[in-house]
Amino acid sequence: MGESLLEVRGLKKYFPLQKGWRRERTYVRAVDGIDLSIYRGEVLGLVGESGCGKTTVGRLILKLIEPTEGEILFEGKNLSSLEKKEIHSLRRSLQIIFQDPFASLNPRMTVAEIVGRPMEIHGLVDRSRRDEKVAQLLESVGLQREHLYRYPHEFSGGQRQRIGIARALATQPKLIVADEPTSALDVSVQAQILNLMKELKEAFGLTYLFISHNMGVIRHLSDRVAVMYLGKVVEMGKKKDLFQSPMHPYTRALLAAVPTLDPKRKREEIILEGDVPSPIHPPRGCRFHPRCRYAFPRCSEEEPLFHSVEEGRSIACHLYP
Amino acid sequence: MNRENLLLRVRGLSTHFYSRGHTIYALDGVSFKIKKGMTFGLVGETGCGKSVTALSILRLIPSPPGKIVQGEIHFRGRELLHLTEEEIRSIRGKEISMIFQEPMTSLNPVFRIGEQMMEVIMLHQKVGKRQAYERAVEMLERVHMPEAEKVMRQFPHQLSGGMRQRVMIAMELSCRPYLLIADEPTTALDVTIQAQILRLLKEMKRELDTSILLITHDLGVIAEMCDRVGVMYAGSIVEEASVEEIFEDPKHPYTKGLWGAIPRMEEEKESLSVIPGVVPDLSHPPKGCKFHPRCSFRFDPCDRLVPPLVETSSVHFVACFLYQGKERDG
Repeated sequence: MGESLLEVRGLKKYFPLQKGWRRERTYVRAVDGIDLSIYRGEVLGLVGESGCGKTTVGRLILKLIEPTEGEILFEGKNLSSLEKKEIHSLRRSLQIIFQDPFASLNPRMTVAEIVGRPMEIHGLVDRSRRDEKVAQLLESVGLQREHLYRYPHEFSGGQRQRIGIARALATQPKLIVADEPTSALDVSVQAQILNLMKELKEAFGLTYLFISHNMGVIRHLSDRVAVMYLGKVVEMGKKKDLFQSPMHPYTRALLAAVPTLDPKRKREEIILEGDVPSPIHPPRGCRFHPRCRYAFPRCSEEEPLFHSVEEGRSIACHLYP
Repeated sequence: MNRENLLLRVRGLSTHFYSRGHTIYALDGVSFKIKKGMTFGLVGETGCGKSVTALSILRLIPSPPGKIVQGEIHFRGRELLHLTEEEIRSIRGKEISMIFQEPMTSLNPVFRIGEQMMEVIMLHQKVGKRQAYERAVEMLERVHMPEAEKVMRQFPHQLSGGMRQRVMIAMELSCRPYLLIADEPTTALDVTIQAQILRLLKEMKRELDTSILLITHDLGVIAEMCDRVGVMYAGSIVEEASVEEIFEDPKHPYTKGLWGAIPRMEEEKESLSVIPGVVPDLSHPPKGCKFHPRCSFRFDPCDRLVPPLVETSSVHFVACFLYQGKERDG
């Protein structure tokens, strides 16, 4: 395993809520103490259901929001102690691809401006050579030179996502956070975008934090996978290990819940009952215990630590001491 | 097929929309049958006409701009397209009900769950308030809603997405319809909740002996739920087969492409197969087979003639010239 590009330690993000006339403060514990590392050149898949905090993790890593607690180290530097100038150059190294290709492109800008603006801001090209550079980038994401002076509404969803990818690549970033980049697309278009992201990763030597709720997509693209539940990472491991022998009861249930493409296969019946509890008042002890079929008394009292159980695999569950 | 067993037969259904001087050929000769007790899946990508098919069956196509221009919809011995507005209304919600992708848009936000459920029951079953209340609670209990009586007093926004979909299922099944049309019923839900809802639909189908027309873009859901599957592309069914056949031996180039494009959880592929090009604009559909501009197997007749849906085995139909006449020649 390579050196780590990004380290996350004890990361927390609480969003305040005001409730009641006395203005007592309550908090949505969106991310509640997670540790992660992303190695150079890998794809770390971050998977979980809605509201588990995966998008918040992405935004914290991009320094779009500030953590409540904990630290994020990018190439060894703590993101919260950077000078203004350093933040500017950090933005160049960290880029994002959004889920909704309709909402994430400015409708009043041409493609040349959308993709070229980040280059100008970071002083990577001068104005006269900008469009040439943008045209090259467009070609590398499967668009054409003719598209330079068109506006976003002239493109299909898949093409817009390609523009979003070109924009992310414009600053020659080191890490790209891709937040559900294919969730708004049809499967045949999704396949095009996933293939493209794989090719670009090799061609540009990129590292991805790939956020998705789709287990198939995660498996296709990731090298390692972290599974989140209610603000916590419950299991992390190499893709192969995690998909072949999931350990945490939540990971197992999550994998069992995905319908497979084989009508003859009888799936393992693990159907979780009930809904995900509220992140405002998460359950005591292990957050998964109210829905866990293996829960025993300790689970409701003591929170399991996220610890390494074997080479490259960590888990937070009392079943694996 | 035994005649008594046949519940719904759609034949040559064409629905068009008229907008700004253009005609959008949303459905172009769709035919399929649903037997009693069967789950029939319609699968395809955005804009292929899956939902328009469902809305056409219930005659819910807004007109203008839409119009059912051709076809037959035979349901339990009646031709739905010939019924008066009043007659079709007595079928909707009673004999054929429908659940949608986003339950919040089909539940009224300003009425309590109980009021909404009782309204349906009183309307179709001609019972009084007291009885309607009891039946509504009973239905909620049947869909495993915890604290059914409390839910009766709640408003839709107080429930989670999965719970709302349970309410919708309870409501739609309260009149024991012969056919339930489920349009992307789990698309807005998380996978673990989806698993609960799919299990519930199966259970309800078994208990109430309802047939289901399941519309989805998710092939996993199809594999899990359906007996037969129709694959739609640009307003037509291009392939129809039993669920085992279509997953084991997809025949139409579009079906093959679609199947290959899916990143699967149970196995790994180096790269996903890609269908080149984009879905055609349905106001100017391509001549001949509508898939031909994207098809890597196209040959002489494909851009001139429309391939009919032909039988390749007793459970498998394909609309593609690659398979025409093959079986006849032996």
